[in-house]
Amino acid sequence: MSKEILAVKNLNVTLDEEEIIKDLSFEVKEGEVLIILGPNGAGKTTLLRTLVGLLPYEGEIRWATRNISYLPPQELFQRKALPPLSIEEFFKFKRVSSAQILEILDSVGLDSSILKKRFGTLSTGQFQRMIIAWALVSEPSVLLFDEPTAGIDIGGQETIYSLLHKFWSKGNLTILLVTHDLDIVWEHANNVLCLNKKMLCYGKPREILTPEGLEELYGAGIKFYEHTHR
Amino acid sequence: MQLFLALMIGAFIGGVAGYLGTLMLSQRMALVAGPLGHLTLPGVALALIFGFDVSLGAFPFVILGIVLIWLFEMRTGLPMEALTAIVFASGVAITFLFLPSEEETTALIGNMSQISIGVTIMTLILSLIIFFATKIIYSKMVLASISEDFDKVEGIDLRKYNLVYLVCIALMVALGVRIVGSLMTAALVAIPACTSRNLSKNLVQYSYMGLISGSLACVLGILGSDFTGIPTGPLIIITSALFFLISLIFKK
Repeated sequence: MSKEILAVKNLNVTLDEEEIIKDLSFEVKEGEVLIILGPNGAGKTTLLRTLVGLLPYEGEIRWATRNISYLPPQELFQRKALPPLSIEEFFKFKRVSSAQILEILDSVGLDSSILKKRFGTLSTGQFQRMIIAWALVSEPSVLLFDEPTAGIDIGGQETIYSLLHKFWSKGNLTILLVTHDLDIVWEHANNVLCLNKKMLCYGKPREILTPEGLEELYGAGIKFYEHTHR
Repeated sequence: MQLFLALMIGAFIGGVAGYLGTLMLSQRMALVAGPLGHLTLPGVALALIFGFDVSLGAFPFVILGIVLIWLFEMRTGLPMEALTAIVFASGVAITFLFLPSEEETTALIGNMSQISIGVTIMTLILSLIIFFATKIIYSKMVLASISEDFDKVEGIDLRKYNLVYLVCIALMVALGVRIVGSLMTAALVAIPACTSRNLSKNLVQYSYMGLISGSLACVLGILGSDFTGIPTGPLIIITSALFFLISLIFKK
């Protein structure tokens, strides 16, 4: 039985007098992949940002580690109109050695020539690989990742998830992932948290992702395909 | 001796303005030094009338202006740029109620003809303080311009960094009015930064090329002024603008 890395109890988040998250409690074990599902405006991004201490909250958030890496959603990223920041300089923010940088770039399939490129000039695919490398270069215990595949084609999405899976399978990395992609849930998640302001369901994908459950979460009309071939 | 002191002051203020300007451009604040420069006018006018140092007169008025804009924003919720227009235009207007006409040129476009050793030393020290303070906040501010969340996750208090940043800008403007007057302080930060942006491939090149081109424009402007008798301020800005035009040829 692996140990608990995050415990959330009776979490309430209110922003601008609007209740975003209501009485949420759950736990995450070391090495677990927890996927957070929910419709737009359900509080998923707010939850991740609250967990890393960016937003005020009531209730209890207890981390068993301080070594946490967080990647905000695309819309909170500025990629253009920046000063001429090179990728090498972007990695230097992390205070890691050059050898570590080269090693992690290699493991996401990028070579060292990217270090001289400017932050704003990478293609979307390169950028996603690079940002995963950046998030993981300091060898965090936990990665919180908010919709990593938004706006990326199917090939690119597969690359990102297989990269994440590769890092996860190497060690004790715990991953909390916000996504809309149900395929990924079936394939990679240990546990799923369905959120729509309050928690609607929590547990193993197979137990809780039923047609009824999804309808409650996303509203009527969602199509349901269970993956039986895996 | 006067020329030497002027060159020292020019090299330091121009350099630090160019360096700080690269950060301001990356925060899209390059033009802010303009209205802030205008805000110094009443203080510069008082300094000229009562015979004390222009930077000393300028600084409290920049701070007063920033505080007023901030208070109005809190009270009205109107856009910052509109409130800035109200405050700086009023400042300029009030100045002309009492500024003697023979001092107008000095107030508007600067004057470097009478510089004491004390003023030079003070300017060099303040320039160095601005430079090192900017250097400390630089990379964190750039990281914040990609996503503020990165800094906050690391526990960096961006409000504190923003305060240091604003104080640096205010100090720099107060120093800048001496050499280019209150009309052209924006050019002192904006032009070297744009020149550098055209030429640099990474952040280190970008920040230091801003410093070098800012410093060089001031030195050449002051030398040119000594040679031709044309006022220093305009010559510095024209030199800087020429650098920018040249940088277009080599744009990376």
